[in-house]
Amino acid sequence: MTLPATAPRGLRPVTMLRIAIIVVALASWEALSASGLLYRDVVPSLLAIAKALFDLLTVPDMPVDLSPFGLQGTASIPAIYWHLYVTFYEIAIGLLIGGLSGLVAGIALGSSRLLRQAYEPLLYYLGPCPKIIFFPVMIMCFGVGPGSKVAMGAISCFFPVALNVAGGMREIDRVLIQVGRSFRANTWQMVTKIYLPAMRHPIINGIRIGLGVCLIGTLLAETKLSNSGVGFLVIQAYSLFNMPLMYALLIVLFVIAIGANTLIGKLGGLDDIKRR
Amino acid sequence: MSTPITKTSWFPAVLSFGSVFAALLLIEILIRLGLINRFIVPLPSDIAAALPRVIIEEQVFSRFLLTATEAFSASILVTVFGVAGGALLYRFRLLREATETWVAAVAAAPLVLIYPLYLVIFGRNATTIVVMGFTAGLAPVMLKTLEGLAGTRRVLINVGRSFNLTPWQQFWKILFPAALPTIFVGMRLGLIFALINIVGVEFLINFGGLGQLINELAERYDLAGTYAAISFVILISINVFILTEWLERWLRPVE
Repeated sequence: MTLPATAPRGLRPVTMLRIAIIVVALASWEALSASGLLYRDVVPSLLAIAKALFDLLTVPDMPVDLSPFGLQGTASIPAIYWHLYVTFYEIAIGLLIGGLSGLVAGIALGSSRLLRQAYEPLLYYLGPCPKIIFFPVMIMCFGVGPGSKVAMGAISCFFPVALNVAGGMREIDRVLIQVGRSFRANTWQMVTKIYLPAMRHPIINGIRIGLGVCLIGTLLAETKLSNSGVGFLVIQAYSLFNMPLMYALLIVLFVIAIGANTLIGKLGGLDDIKRR
Repeated sequence: MSTPITKTSWFPAVLSFGSVFAALLLIEILIRLGLINRFIVPLPSDIAAALPRVIIEEQVFSRFLLTATEAFSASILVTVFGVAGGALLYRFRLLREATETWVAAVAAAPLVLIYPLYLVIFGRNATTIVVMGFTAGLAPVMLKTLEGLAGTRRVLINVGRSFNLTPWQQFWKILFPAALPTIFVGMRLGLIFALINIVGVEFLINFGGLGQLINELAERYDLAGTYAAISFVILISINVFILTEWLERWLRPVE
């Protein structure tokens, strides 16, 4: 007897449990919202949050000058996209500066036993320190604008990238290094032809962790002192006690953060390593 | 033949401290020469001189105790709920399969950004700070507890079964002791996450212990004091990490 290729199947128990958990969580939220047990609006109804999210993403409330695009006049866009652009810009520059300097430091630490013994403990113990406490210093050095947020992002992501790259350098197959040396490769060729390709996974992993902490550093700095960016919007929603908007912003932030984390993992082939 | 100086065991430490000292000396010289603005970066000698003043006048030790109490409270909560949550996921396989990826996603999410929400719910007080620390540290402890319990050697579980242990005895006599080193790794991670977030939120909401001290000194534009307080917090953090690392090594079974 042969079974049809696409035999109809019910939902797997795991999927059913997941759906049940989500339904129970949403129902509990709605019940809590309606009960009035917490202060009014602290737990707004799901409908209010959905509306706030929809308005946040679709209602054009910010005029934009079209002249940089070769067009005349102005157009309105939802303000969130401008603030997302500011935050992305700060994170991207921070990641670039912190990531590149972390890469260089990691290669230096990984390629020399003496440098590793001397400086890796410094990075190892400084790495987990709360970076946000450096924000006053960054404000004094780079001002209250995007510069201080970029610096916060850069300093946050430097440590995980440097430590991951240094660890990755030590894991490189000695044979590969000896092959490079036997071809009389210079330092630049060793870095670009041997070290970097062999360390793809530690680098991607470092960047993934670095992106996470860079995002946190930048957004926290925006909540502390800023006039643009998503962090600024969150703290503004808090100041105005606009709870549905705050929840909507947090949903946007978490979707972006988890999405970026997953995307970098997939692009870097980290999932393949786990499955192997 | 004598060992080259760079190969001696003490040279890296000397190089490390020497480099930090040389960097500070260079900054001191550059500031004195006017090449670095002293209204942006204070003299390292001024920072060193400000350290006793900050410690005495700003009641650093009572602030430290406050931060330590918050971190301790968050750690207790993280340990109780994290270990219980991990054990629950281990006990119910279906629940584990359904939610483990969610817990991992939460562990990777920038949870500290919900501090304004906690400000609204709990107010600008120590509860917000403790709950923030708890939120940040919970997922790693859950995941590590699960990892530790799931990694218990089959032979140990079989020994428990051969003695007809009840599920409760099996957990406390076999599973938990076997998973303890991994659980402690999770607790260490949880404590570090909690501490980072507690100091960070203290700074951001200008309330509490050491984090608030930095914020206050920065708002007073006491540059040397701000840098001294930052140095103090870094020193405390490093000591906590070393202490927890030492404890973790002590708990780890000899391989």
